[in-house]
Amino acid sequence: MGYFTGSITAIITVIILIYGFLKGVKVYDCFIEGVKDGLNISLKIFPYILAMIVAVTVFRESNAMAYLLYIINPFVKLIGLPVEVAPLVFIKPLSGSGALGVYSEILKSYGPDSYIGRVSSMIMGSTETIFYTLTVYFGSINIKKMRHTLWAALLADLTALIMSITICRLIFS
Amino acid sequence: MINYIWAIIFILGLVIGIGNGRGEIISKALTTSASSTVEFIIKLTAMLCLWCGIMNIANKSGLSDKLSRILKPLLVRIFKNVKSPKLLDAIVMNITSNMLGLSNAATPFGLKAMEEMQKVNDKKDVATDDMALFLVLNGTCIQLIPTTIISIRASFNSKNPAEIIFPTIIATAVASIMGVIYCKILQKFF
Repeated sequence: MGYFTGSITAIITVIILIYGFLKGVKVYDCFIEGVKDGLNISLKIFPYILAMIVAVTVFRESNAMAYLLYIINPFVKLIGLPVEVAPLVFIKPLSGSGALGVYSEILKSYGPDSYIGRVSSMIMGSTETIFYTLTVYFGSINIKKMRHTLWAALLADLTALIMSITICRLIFS
Repeated sequence: MINYIWAIIFILGLVIGIGNGRGEIISKALTTSASSTVEFIIKLTAMLCLWCGIMNIANKSGLSDKLSRILKPLLVRIFKNVKSPKLLDAIVMNITSNMLGLSNAATPFGLKAMEEMQKVNDKKDVATDDMALFLVLNGTCIQLIPTTIISIRASFNSKNPAEIIFPTIIATAVASIMGVIYCKILQKFF
């Protein structure tokens, strides 16, 4: 099991490669095309990540982060969330690129393989920029009353958050 | 929104820092964080390119068709008022694209699905049950290979960047199922 999880990157790659090859896909051309997409994505997200990392680093180095975490600590303790991850949880529903920056800064400060790093990775993967999505989707067809949508979406996000914390604690510690 | 958040974080950090007598530390943090972000983005670019390359092969080999064939019967059952095949296709394609991490492809399908749902909506400014359900599912959607997250983890020298894939899928799957249940319960009260 340990060998399997450790080799997951290689295993995914070989499955996709063999499958594509057998399906007669021009795997090399496709790969190159994908790499170009990767370059574009990287170029596109760079300004957002830089802006957020600089702001959050200053916030942390000024001790303002320590004060904030001290204040919110009692609240996040209720759901067992490590307080260091709290900034990510607050920004994720509002802004995807902002969350990407905050997430990167958390990994930089605490390391990707720490409990904090793993929990934040799972939160990044399982929650969504709800407010943004609802605004864009409902805005596009002029819906004014969204009824229970926001509450259901927030509850679902909270579920994902609690599941992330719980699973992370069960598997990685 | 993000304009306010960013400004507040940045200004508070600067003001509190200067007030704390940490002005020099902060000045240094400003320059070093900017330059270290460039180093980070270079590593991240390498990882993103690699994963996007692999995922592109997966997509071109018809992975999204396979996925949508699995998802279709499930989604027909969850949504109440999906009669037109156009609408069903848009919903299926949106969710499939989300699962494969193709957010550029997902949004047009999503907007198309909203448009189709609006056609069968009696009150044009009030969301229908199906719209709410669609957006909740959209928000809790599983991403099979979260390429950006794996890439960021890899660029910070994680020993096993991909180890979070399965745990994340489980967490999201539970959230999706619960999301459907929340919708079905809450829609009676609104």
